[in-house]
Amino acid sequence: MDYTTLRQFADSWALLAMTVFFIGAVIFALRPGSREAAEQAAQIPLKED
Amino acid sequence: MKYAMETILLALAAFAALLGAAFAKDSQFGAHMWVLFFVLTASVIVLMRTSSYAPAGVSAEDNSPYMDGPVRYGVIATVFWGVTGFLVGVIVAAQLAFPDLNIEPWLNFGRLRPLHTSAVIFAFGGNALIATSFYVVQRTSRARLFGGNLAWYVFWGYQLFIIMAATGYLLGITQSREYAEPEWYVDIFLTVVWVAYLIVFLGTILNRKEPHIYVANWFYLAFIVTIAMLHIVNNLAVPASFLGSKSYSLFSGVQDALTQWWYGHNAVGFFLTAGFLGMMYYFVPKQAERPVYSYRLSIIHFWSLIFLYIWAGPHHLHYTALPDWAQTLGMVFSIMLWMPSWGGMINGLMTLSGAWDKIRTDPIIRMMVVAIAFYGMSTFEGPMMSIKAVNSLSHYTEWTIGHVHSGALGWNGMITFGAIYFLVPRLWGRERLYSMRMVTWHFWLATLGIVVYAAVMWVAGISQGLMWREYDEQGFLVYSFAESVAAMVPYYIVRTIGGLMFLAGALVMAFNVYMTIRGHVRQEEPLPGAAPAIQPAQ
Repeated sequence: MDYTTLRQFADSWALLAMTVFFIGAVIFALRPGSREAAEQAAQIPLKED
Repeated sequence: MKYAMETILLALAAFAALLGAAFAKDSQFGAHMWVLFFVLTASVIVLMRTSSYAPAGVSAEDNSPYMDGPVRYGVIATVFWGVTGFLVGVIVAAQLAFPDLNIEPWLNFGRLRPLHTSAVIFAFGGNALIATSFYVVQRTSRARLFGGNLAWYVFWGYQLFIIMAATGYLLGITQSREYAEPEWYVDIFLTVVWVAYLIVFLGTILNRKEPHIYVANWFYLAFIVTIAMLHIVNNLAVPASFLGSKSYSLFSGVQDALTQWWYGHNAVGFFLTAGFLGMMYYFVPKQAERPVYSYRLSIIHFWSLIFLYIWAGPHHLHYTALPDWAQTLGMVFSIMLWMPSWGGMINGLMTLSGAWDKIRTDPIIRMMVVAIAFYGMSTFEGPMMSIKAVNSLSHYTEWTIGHVHSGALGWNGMITFGAIYFLVPRLWGRERLYSMRMVTWHFWLATLGIVVYAAVMWVAGISQGLMWREYDEQGFLVYSFAESVAAMVPYYIVRTIGGLMFLAGALVMAFNVYMTIRGHVRQEEPLPGAAPAIQPAQ
């Protein structure tokens, strides 16, 4: 695998895969019904030590 | 016998170090191996003297739900290395202002400067991260540290790495890569310690009784995994000899430079940002006694930071032989980092919404809030400086130094101090800190020290940058380089004073922590506003 192949892979499929993963992660974080789960998770450090 | 295997292994390692000293290829490696030999021999003696010879099976096992021994040692190490690192910082600052203070060969600026950067980043910051991550992962997972004594190996192994790195610099052993100066054999040892750290941390998460992995642990884990990757790739090198201190990088030319700054900037991004954000997401809610402002924002903060930071490194190589597209890529990703950084800052600050009075009454919260404010300021300044037009003025000047210190002293330093003040009474079972007024003193000394330092370095850097690019009407440079150096003297002196103030604050903290651990409580007037006046029933 030479530099050009790697470079072309990096700015096409790899870029697409990472963008899709990132957007997916953001959508998942903001999905309907996540608010309650998030509020519970936020309480974790405040429970009894 | 307790620690029998550990003692034997240490003794064997000490013998190996002695062989290394005997057959060393160069005198520096020999001297370094002597240092290692004495450190390991001293450790063997200490271990043998503290051994208990209770029969097997009859041991006083620690049955507490959490393993806090390494955390306690880590907090003490953080304070110790913090004071040491700040002191060396003041010394190198004074050396710039008064060159006669350069004492050759061991204590000149070139050798002390990496000692300062490594002591504050890896010794102070690293110990703070290891100690707090061990504390936080146990509490938020409701599980004891995984791997038993492996956590102790992580702690002591990391201290040995620090000692080997520091003494190596003074001996003149360096691979000349910024923030990655230790040579190949120290790098290999750190890799082993770091993998053990990953095993302890990840094992604890896998053993968790809490179904959800709290966001602080995400940040800590990203820090551990990414630092492992960065450290290994940036230190790929071929030793010139088996028992010698010299190695050559696997990369050459601009690839080498880019690898170094991919490492260097992500050391900032994942060591000094992600790891310390883990601290913020645990200790700010704990001290404020309210949950983080928006947990969902913290998740988006995490993923955007992870996806953007890794590409920002090339902005350290503007206007070099690095291809133009790579420079622009680094600049664009740095600017995009504004969003997650400010999202995180707002999330940290807004955690106090509804309890803003605590800034007035609680000096620990005040420290944390100033830390988050400096996080916001330095992550605004950084992307701005990565814009090529700005960089052409700021790069290679004191402005960069000012920027780094507003981030390191303001953000990393202050959030760590806050965490230490939170931890010490809890770890040693004390009712409260020895003195809250001393925390206030520390706060003001540190904050004013940073402000003096950063403001002076801005002025110095911009003057320097402008002097370097000043042409007369015939196209000649107006100033020689030496003139721009001479112009820096007053700024260097004032900068040293700023650093001294910061160091003085750290000494106040060290005394306060020492007295708290010893169980003393200072008789003092309560802080104004600390005890709210009782309102009559309406």
